[in-house]
Amino acid sequence: MEQHEAQKNEYNIIGTRPIRHDGEDKVTGRAQYGADISFPDQLYGKVLRSPHAHARILSIDTSKALAMPGVRAVTTAEDLPRLKDRMVAGEAGAENIRYVTERVLASDKALFEGHPIAAVAATDPWIAEEAVKAIEVKYEVLTAVTEVRDAMKDDTPPLHGELTTETLGEKSKKATNIVRHTRHKRGDPDKGFAEADLVIEREFETKTVHQGYIEPHNATALYRSDGQITLWTSTQAPFWVRRDLAELFDIPLSRIKVVPMEIGGGFGGKIAVYLEPLAILLSKKSGRPVKMIMTREEVFYASGPASGTVTRIKIGVKKDGTITAATAWMAYEAGAFPSNWAMVGSMCVLACYRLENLQIDAYDVLTNTSKVMAYRAPSSPQAMFGVESIIDEIAIKLDMDPLELRLKNAVQEGDRRADGPKFHRIGLKETIRAAMESEHYKSPLPSGANRSRGVASGFWFNAGMQSSATVGINMDGTANVTTGSVDIGGSRASMAIMAAEALGLTAEQVRPIVADTDSIGYTDVTGGSRTTFATGYAVYEACQDVIRQLKTRVAKLWDVQEDKVEWGDGAFHHVDNGKSPMSVGDLGPKLEATGGPVMGHGTVNPKGVGAGFGIHIADIEVDPDTGKVTILRYTAVQDVGQAIHPAYVEGQMQGGATQGIGWALNEEYIRDAEGRMLNPGFLDYRVPTALDVPDIETILVEVPNPGHPYGVRGVGETPIVPPMGTIHNAIARAIGLRMRSLPMSPPKVLHEILQRGQTVEAAAPVTS
Amino acid sequence: MKPLEYHAPTSLDEAISILKAEGSQAAALSGGTDLIIQNRARPLDLAHMVDIKRIPELNVLEYDAKNGLRLGAAVPCYKVAEYEPIVRLYPALAEGAELIGSIQIQSRATVGGNICNGSPAADTICALIVLSAICAIRGPDGNRDVPAVDFMVGPGETALKPGEILVEMRLPPPPAQSSNAYLRFIPRNEMDIAVVCAAANITMDDKGVTCTAATVAIGAVGPTPILVQAAGAVLTGAKLDAAAIAKAAKAASAAARPIDDHRGTVEFRTHVAGVLTRRTVELAAQRIKEDAK
Ligand SMILES: Cc1cc2nc3c(=O)[nH]c(=O)nc-3n(C[C@H](O)[C@H](O)[C@H](O)COP(=O)(O)OP(=O)(O)OC[C@H]3O[C@@H](n4cnc5c(N)ncnc54)[C@H](O)[C@@H]3O)c2cc1C
Repeated sequence: MEQHEAQKNEYNIIGTRPIRHDGEDKVTGRAQYGADISFPDQLYGKVLRSPHAHARILSIDTSKALAMPGVRAVTTAEDLPRLKDRMVAGEAGAENIRYVTERVLASDKALFEGHPIAAVAATDPWIAEEAVKAIEVKYEVLTAVTEVRDAMKDDTPPLHGELTTETLGEKSKKATNIVRHTRHKRGDPDKGFAEADLVIEREFETKTVHQGYIEPHNATALYRSDGQITLWTSTQAPFWVRRDLAELFDIPLSRIKVVPMEIGGGFGGKIAVYLEPLAILLSKKSGRPVKMIMTREEVFYASGPASGTVTRIKIGVKKDGTITAATAWMAYEAGAFPSNWAMVGSMCVLACYRLENLQIDAYDVLTNTSKVMAYRAPSSPQAMFGVESIIDEIAIKLDMDPLELRLKNAVQEGDRRADGPKFHRIGLKETIRAAMESEHYKSPLPSGANRSRGVASGFWFNAGMQSSATVGINMDGTANVTTGSVDIGGSRASMAIMAAEALGLTAEQVRPIVADTDSIGYTDVTGGSRTTFATGYAVYEACQDVIRQLKTRVAKLWDVQEDKVEWGDGAFHHVDNGKSPMSVGDLGPKLEATGGPVMGHGTVNPKGVGAGFGIHIADIEVDPDTGKVTILRYTAVQDVGQAIHPAYVEGQMQGGATQGIGWALNEEYIRDAEGRMLNPGFLDYRVPTALDVPDIETILVEVPNPGHPYGVRGVGETPIVPPMGTIHNAIARAIGLRMRSLPMSPPKVLHEILQRGQTVEAAAPVTS
Repeated sequence: MKPLEYHAPTSLDEAISILKAEGSQAAALSGGTDLIIQNRARPLDLAHMVDIKRIPELNVLEYDAKNGLRLGAAVPCYKVAEYEPIVRLYPALAEGAELIGSIQIQSRATVGGNICNGSPAADTICALIVLSAICAIRGPDGNRDVPAVDFMVGPGETALKPGEILVEMRLPPPPAQSSNAYLRFIPRNEMDIAVVCAAANITMDDKGVTCTAATVAIGAVGPTPILVQAAGAVLTGAKLDAAAIAKAAKAASAAARPIDDHRGTVEFRTHVAGVLTRRTVELAAQRIKEDAK
C-alpha cells in the first residue's frame, strides 16, 4: 500500500465545514427511520420475554394467543433451524451459531431477564400485546448470577452445562462460567516491581452500562412467497445483519436484502440482530410484512449493554517517574453467551504506556444478563479507568505534574502494545503536550472550596476492514457517491468532502448516498471509528478510478497520447501546456460523445490503521453535603489525524466525553437479588442532560495517519475513554477520596465522605 | 392495553357521578402526566378516564390578603409557578411547581394531580404542608376539608374516598416577616424525581431577630411526607444561628424513615434530609431579610 503524507492547508475542501447533506431532512423530521416504514397490509409484532434472569422453560402453550381475533402468527424457538456447533463471524471475533440461535429465541433455558421466548404478529400492536400475555409458559426458576465475582466462584453452577474455559488456547476439563482467559506477558514483572521505588496496587469496579441511543431497535420484514426476504431496520451494519440472518436461517446471502434506515444512535449497540429474525419468522408464517419496535424497557433488558467489570491494576515506578512494571487482572461480564470483551480490554489496558515488564490476565465471564455488545471504544474505558487512577496517585506521591508523568512514559512510533503489534505513527506525545499548553490547563482553578482538576488519557485502536464505494459522474460534471456505510455521525458529509477534494468539486456538488445490501459491494460495520478511514479510502479509490477513465476521455478530446495528460489541482493539464486545463465539470457534458457514462469503483481492506489517543481535563466541584459532583469546565484533547469535517470531529469528541461523564457519575444497571433490572428507563438510568455537562471544549491535534491518502485516523471512540479517570482523579484531588468504583453517584460519594467523618482540604491541586 | 372511554364533564356533580358509577374502573384525569404513564406501564385496568379540566371550580386561581390563596386542583403548574402572588408570598409552592418535569410537562401537570397521585416524593406536597394548605374535597357525600399534612396516607394512597374529587387547595395569607422555601435533591440537574426534598416556612419577630414560628416538612424519606415537628420546635423562639439550624437539621434526619432503593440509600436520604432542612431554613430566613430591605 502506498504511504501518503498529508499536509495541513494542502487541501481545498478537506478541513472546511459545509452543511451536511442529510441535515435538512433530519431537522425537518422528513428523514425516514425504521418507525416510519409502513405498508397497507402490515402486521405488528410483539415479543414475549422471560421475566426471570435464569429459568428452565418447562412448557410453552401458544394456543390461546393463536386463537385470539386479529392474531396472524406466533413463533417460538421451534421455528428456527437447530444448527450444529459452527463458528461464524461475530462482532468481536467468532461466535458459535448455536449460541446466536439460542440468544434470539430461548429453547430450553431463559438465561437473562428479557430473553425472548416467543413472538406474536397481529393486526394491531395492542392485540399483539394482549396475545403475548395469553401465551402460557411454565418455568422452573433457577438462581441467577449477575456479578462477575460471583459467576467466577468454583461453586457457582455454570450457565451452560457444557461450556469450558479456554486458557491460552487450551480447554479446561470442567464446565465453568469463565469463557476465556487471555494472557499477555513481556519481560519480568517481578523484577520490574523489585526495581521500583513506589508500587501501587488497587482494585476497581465498574457496573453494566447502556449505550443509551434514543431510537429503540426496530425491524420490518417481508418474506415473499418466492423466498426472497427484504428487511428494513435500524442498524450500523446492514451487511452483517444479512450475514447473521443467512447463518441463522441457513440460506444464501442473495436471498436477503437489508435496507438500512436512518439510525437514531447506535454506539455499538445496533450491530447484532434482535428483532430482525423474529420479524422474518412472523412474516414467513403470516405472508404479510411484520413491523416490530422495542419499548425502552425492552432495549434496556434485552439489547447489548457494556460489561460490568472488576480489575486489579499494579504499577511500579522509579522516583523519576519511569514505569518499571505493570500488571492487570481483569474480569468482564460477558452476559449470557460467550463474548470476547475482556480479550479486547486486555489490548487496551496499558496501551498508553511504554513498558518493558508487564503481565495482563483477562477473563470473559458468563452472567445471567443480556449478552454484552460493543459500546464506543468497547472495553477500553473499563480497562483504563483503573490504570489512569493509579497513574494519578503516583503523580501525587512523586509530586509530579500528572501530564508530565504521562509524557515521560508515553508510547510512540515503534513501541509495542502489550499484545504485540507495533505502533505506527501515533500522536500521544503531541496530544499530551497540546493538553499541557492548553489555556485550560494553564489557567488557575476557579476559586472555591472542594474544587479541583483532573486529567486522564484514553486509547482506541481505530479499525480498517472492508468497504466499497462507487462514484458516478453526472452529465453536468457533478457526482454521486454511493457507499454501504450507514451514516451515524455525519459520514455522508465526510464522504462528499473527500470525493470533492479528489475530483476538484465542491462538497455541494457531490451527493452522498447510503445504499442497501443489493445495491453496493460488501461493506463492514459503521463502527470502530473505521468509516471515514476505510469507506473514505474506498471513495478515494473510486475517485482515482474516475480520474483514470476521464484521462482517456481528455486524451481523446485533445487528440494526444494519454501520457500527455496530467491530473493536478482539480483539473487535467497538458504536460506541455499546449491546451487549457479541463475540470470534471468541463468533462461532464462531453462524456456522451467520448464513450458514454463514467463510473468509478473502489474497494479496500486497508491495513494502515492509525490509533487514536486523547487527554481530557476537567475542573469539578464536589458538594460535601450531598456527594454531588458538578463539572465546571471540561476540555477534550485528541490526536484526530486529518480532520475531514472539523465540526463533526468536535461533535464526536463532545458526544464521547458526555457519554463518559454519564458513565463516570450516574449510569448503571441496578439489579435486585433475582437479577432483575430496577431502572429500565431514562428516569432512573441517568444519562446526562444538557444541564449536566458544560460546553465541552475541544482541541484537535492533527497528526496525519500515513496509512490513509488524506491522513484519516478515526475519532469517534477514543473520547469516551478518558472521562471516568478524569473525573475520578478530579474528585480525588478535590476531597482527597479515591472512589475506585463507578458510577461515582451522590449516595456512593457521600458514603465515603461520611465514612471518613469530615471533608479534608484538597490533597494536591493540579495547577501551579 | 384495553380500550378506554374518555369523559369530559363540565360540572363537578357529573364528574362525581361517573366516578361513582364506574368505581375502580374509572379515574380522574387531570394533566395525565402520572395517570397515562401508569396506565401504560402497569395497566391499571382502567376503562374510563374522567377529564376534570373543564370543571370551572377546579380552575380557580385567586389571592386576596384576607382569605389567602385559592388554587384549583386542575390549574397547570406553569401558571402556578408564574402567578405573581405565589412567587412573592408562597415561593416554596412556586419552586415545587417549577421543578416538575419540563416546560412541556408543566403545561399539563397540575398541583392537584401531583398530590392526588400520592407519591411521597411529589414536588409540591412539602410546600403545601408547611404553608398549612387545606384540601377541599367534594364527593358523593358532599364536601369535606383535609389538611395537606393528612392528605397522603401511604405510598400512592390519599385521603380521597371512592368517587371523591379534590376541588381546590386553600392557603392562609402569610403573616408579616415570614417566608418559605422548597428544595429537592436529584442526582442530575433536570428531569428527575426527588431522592429527598424539604420545605420550610419561617416567621420572624418584628426586628427580624428571633424566630416566632417555623414549620419543616421532608419528603421521599418515608411512606408519606413528614411534618418534622421537632425541627419547628427547636427553631421557634430561637435566633436563627448556625447552632439552632443544625439542631433542626438533626431533628429532620432523626424524623426521616427512608428505605434503600434504586434512587438512594437510607444513609444518603437520612443525611440529606438534614442538609436540605438546613438549606431551606437558611433560604427562607434570607428571603425575609431581603423582603425587609
Ligand atoms: C417526564 C416527567 C417528568 C416528571 N417530573 C416530575 C417531577 O420533577 N416532580 C414531580 O413531583 N412529578 C414529576 N412527574 C410526575 C407528574 O408530572 C406530576 O406528579 C404531576 O403533578 C401530576 O399531575 P397531573 O395533573 O398530570 O396528574 P394526573 O396524571 O392527571 O393524575 C395523577 C393522579 O391523581 C388523580 N387525580 C388527579 N386530579 C385529581 C383530582 N382533582 N381529584 C382526584 N383525583 C385526582 C388521578 O386519577 C391520578 O391517579 C413527572 C412526570 C413526567 C412524565
